[in-house]
Amino acid sequence: MMKVNPALCNYCGACVGSCPVNCIFLNETRVEINEDKCVKCGFCIRACPLGAISADWWSK
Amino acid sequence: MKRYEYDVLVIGAGPGGSMAARFAARNGAKVLLVEKRPEIGVPVRCAEGISRDWLDIVEIKPDKRWIDQEIEGAKIYSPNEKSVITLSAEQAGNEVGFVINREYFDKYLASLAIEEGAEIWLKSPAINIIKEDGYVKGAIVRRFGEEVEVRAKVVIAADGFESQVARWAGLNTVLPERDIVSCIEYRMTNIDIDERFTHFYIGSCAPGGYLWIFPKGRNEANVGIGVALNRIKKRGEVKKYLDNFIEEHSNLKRGGILQIITGAVSVCRVPKHIVANGIMLVGDAARLIDPITGGGIANAAISGRWAGEIAAKCLEDPLEECLMEYQEKVKKKWERKHLRNWFVKEKLSELSDDTLNKLMEVVSQTDIKEISVRAILEAVQEKYPELVEEFEDLI
Repeated sequence: MMKVNPALCNYCGACVGSCPVNCIFLNETRVEINEDKCVKCGFCIRACPLGAISADWWSK
Repeated sequence: MKRYEYDVLVIGAGPGGSMAARFAARNGAKVLLVEKRPEIGVPVRCAEGISRDWLDIVEIKPDKRWIDQEIEGAKIYSPNEKSVITLSAEQAGNEVGFVINREYFDKYLASLAIEEGAEIWLKSPAINIIKEDGYVKGAIVRRFGEEVEVRAKVVIAADGFESQVARWAGLNTVLPERDIVSCIEYRMTNIDIDERFTHFYIGSCAPGGYLWIFPKGRNEANVGIGVALNRIKKRGEVKKYLDNFIEEHSNLKRGGILQIITGAVSVCRVPKHIVANGIMLVGDAARLIDPITGGGIANAAISGRWAGEIAAKCLEDPLEECLMEYQEKVKKKWERKHLRNWFVKEKLSELSDDTLNKLMEVVSQTDIKEISVRAILEAVQEKYPELVEEFEDLI
């Protein structure tokens, strides 16, 4: 499961452009992750400058 | 579903999109510019440094309303901050000239598009493209919450770093992690810096990227950092790098933060394909950011103008030829330059703080008229010949 913490998210799109399978969608107040397409690379988690994205398979 | 017809649909009202809309409309096309946000230029996703030399190319006149600070040059600091290289605006090229206010700048550019007859919709994200027989024929746009079909002869994707429209259309703008730089910036006030210069800090304070201070006037500045994704190990690490730097600098530590700006940039070579059947990519969406400076506004505006002009021509000339003309033009201008700068970026990001300190010590003590790789290497060879070996393949 992936989670976007709305208290941290700045809706900047860093995660969207970094996602190699284009499974993140953003509008001005919402980030949606299509986990069926997700390949668990962790790019979005590391690309988020504020650390707003977490996942149960990501430990760092 | 409601249906609208245009000659040209431009997605994203940043500098690239607005210039595309402006020049397509000027050349006779019926143009729609859609923007997902409720206000053009907001929120800012940018360090706001630009040079002056390209404004003529896109017919933008410098205007007090969007210039916050005129800049005389750039100062680059070694990791130990003992050496400083000062570049004049001419030497530094891309990133000095003005620090602008993107909130006003982007609105100004959008108004230039509107003056030429382009129509604009806010709060209207494109949520998918319309593709028929292998051709992009428009997009589904959620206009104020209502899904509508916008049909167009040509779609110009100017949706920035996210570059989603391109990927929906099947264009490969996927980036490897070394070519992604994650950024955070604070708009700070009550700080003490030399406002005549933009300031750049390199080395382990910002692995694979750099840290910047761009003055905005009135003791304000954009203090920001970019770190390459392949150097980020932990969640939220980029912010920690910036906070550490501010903590260690008393001239910044005394300041306060007015705004937190985040985003990412690509630092890659020009992609193989930036057009497909019925669609052109411009600016950050086409990955046209300079791999060394991370600057993208000028390239977005210029590629936007070309895409707009050529899109208007498509209405008469065969579509395929027009799309190829645009791609060739972009490649001619940036392909070689970005390839070279990409190599230099890759090389620089491997250097240790110790090596950078030595290099910059030599360069800062040498009177180099024209900053070029060759001039720097010659100066370094005299004092640290062993260092030059690391760079020989760059000459």
